[in-house]
Amino acid sequence: MGQTIAQKIFAAHLRDEPFPGTYVLDLDRVLCHEITTPVAIADLEWRGKDRVFDPLKIKAVIDHVTPAKDSKTAIQGKILREWANRHDIPDFFDIGQNGVCHAIFPEKGFIRPGYTVIMGDSHTCTHGAFGAFAAGVGTTDLEVGILKGVCAFRKPESILVNITGTLGEHVYSKDVILHIIHLLGVNGATDHVIEFRGPVVDALSMDARMTLSNMAIEAGGTCGICLPDQVTVDYLWPFISEEYASKEAALADFQKWHSDADAKYARVLDVDVTDLEPQVTFDYKPDCVKPARQMAGTPVDQIYIGTCTNGRLEDLRQAADILKGRKLAPNVRGILSPASPKIFREAMDEGILGIFMDAGFCVTNPTCGACLGMSCGVLAPGESCAATSNRNFQGRMGQGGMVYLMSPATAAASGIKGTITDPRDL
Amino acid sequence: MKRNFGGPAIFLDRSDINTDEIIPARYLTEVTKDALKPFLLEDLKLDGFDPAGEALRKAKVIVTRKNFGCGSSREHAPWSLEVNDIYTVIAESYARIFRQNMFNCGMLAVELPAADIDRIMALSENGEVEINVDLQNHQVKASAGERTEVFAFEISPFDQALVEAGGWVEFADQRY
Ligand code: SF4
Repeated sequence: MGQTIAQKIFAAHLRDEPFPGTYVLDLDRVLCHEITTPVAIADLEWRGKDRVFDPLKIKAVIDHVTPAKDSKTAIQGKILREWANRHDIPDFFDIGQNGVCHAIFPEKGFIRPGYTVIMGDSHTCTHGAFGAFAAGVGTTDLEVGILKGVCAFRKPESILVNITGTLGEHVYSKDVILHIIHLLGVNGATDHVIEFRGPVVDALSMDARMTLSNMAIEAGGTCGICLPDQVTVDYLWPFISEEYASKEAALADFQKWHSDADAKYARVLDVDVTDLEPQVTFDYKPDCVKPARQMAGTPVDQIYIGTCTNGRLEDLRQAADILKGRKLAPNVRGILSPASPKIFREAMDEGILGIFMDAGFCVTNPTCGACLGMSCGVLAPGESCAATSNRNFQGRMGQGGMVYLMSPATAAASGIKGTITDPRDL
Repeated sequence: MKRNFGGPAIFLDRSDINTDEIIPARYLTEVTKDALKPFLLEDLKLDGFDPAGEALRKAKVIVTRKNFGCGSSREHAPWSLEVNDIYTVIAESYARIFRQNMFNCGMLAVELPAADIDRIMALSENGEVEINVDLQNHQVKASAGERTEVFAFEISPFDQALVEAGGWVEFADQRY
């Protein structure tokens, strides 16, 4: 019987099946940040096992709160920094070089088709955009990953989401994934891999595919996978050109990960996006989604553009297109956090940062910052934020604050009006 | 590590209780589990629930609905339960990472159908509900006043092995 991409990756990495239905996989990447890793490090030290399975397969970054905002966050950074140094982990990104984990690791070429990737971060599913099996895990899984290079998973069942049609004006992959989460529900994909396919996905850039994969977890999905194709090869080419004689050879090799035509899926969801409008969340769950026009007029206090969902160059360009020559509404605070130093520099070189600043935005360094309410734009009780992030949980950006999730274009349009605004209505 | 998985129950009668509600991100700057103790469920807004109340202080078991622990991967969520001596959650279903984190910590995430959860919650009419877990026979016993009901649950052999080993680090260390 045919296999899905997830099943092929599992088969290629299987270390052990301690019980029927439990698969212990060898890991190609163990990614670390300063929030969830320090407790794993402390526990390894306490057990007298302060070792790493392979310093080249471990990548680490300080990204959630950087520069440190207080002593506690400074200590978290220090623990990670000293650990990376003492284990000679060459790919450790500290202040000046650091950015949001799910933006910076792919950008460095660390993620390849067919890889197994874990991180102590739920949005690790982002890396599935490269045709990798990438799953968010807790600190204990991370700890075992660091020590042994393995992680246990249940049988990889997949949901095929087939995306067809044509995206309308100012409708982006963020609108598509919000719509899909609305269709699946917040636990509609629990214990499943979501495989995104179809002509719409084929036409998306890697930036846009990462937005899609990033939010698979908001439907409960273990990973959000896109099949590796020419777009993947082109993105990775600077990193793989010595491994392959030509791009054609790389493409041919990557095809071994493609799901077979007769692969079995737990569910197939066909989504035609032709009539899809810009989408916005309401309430406190990411499956509470409706067209931006139905939310028009809802006031916002802050615009937050950035994060691992929509802080990449393409996202900044889309927002800048809307902001160009315009200004934020009075009393609206705009915050832009490009997701990595590379994105920051490119946005600077293209004049995008200037457009944001002319519109009245504050430009911060790359960091998670306000996305999880830890720094750089925390809301006061009763305030609301139009955000390009991925979670609208109650209090996510600060106790008593309200978060509306949307695309960069819709966030920019909402900033100009001071109320939730469909970018087509500007 | 020998743990007692039973004790007084507290009911959180809502689906999709997320990890931000179990332990808000503002406490993720802590680097010890014990520091999380006072903040368990601090942001949960639910009729009749008081995060500072007696019921939560006494509870050893949480009984709740669907998709418990959705959202972030933070193991701080099960830790905040663990440091409050709550080693067992009984729910209709869980988010994957949270469930795995529970077993990885040698804690117990029991899944029961909606009708069984209804019956456990209904028992509270007879007084405080006390839960007993028989891990060998895969049974949950819920009693209040004179009444006791018994529910069978399923647990994968792997999850059971993790609970018996005391967690995934212990299990993996012996095997890999
Ligand atoms: S940007 Fe937000 S969602 Fe993404 S890794 Fe950082 S905190 Fe998590």
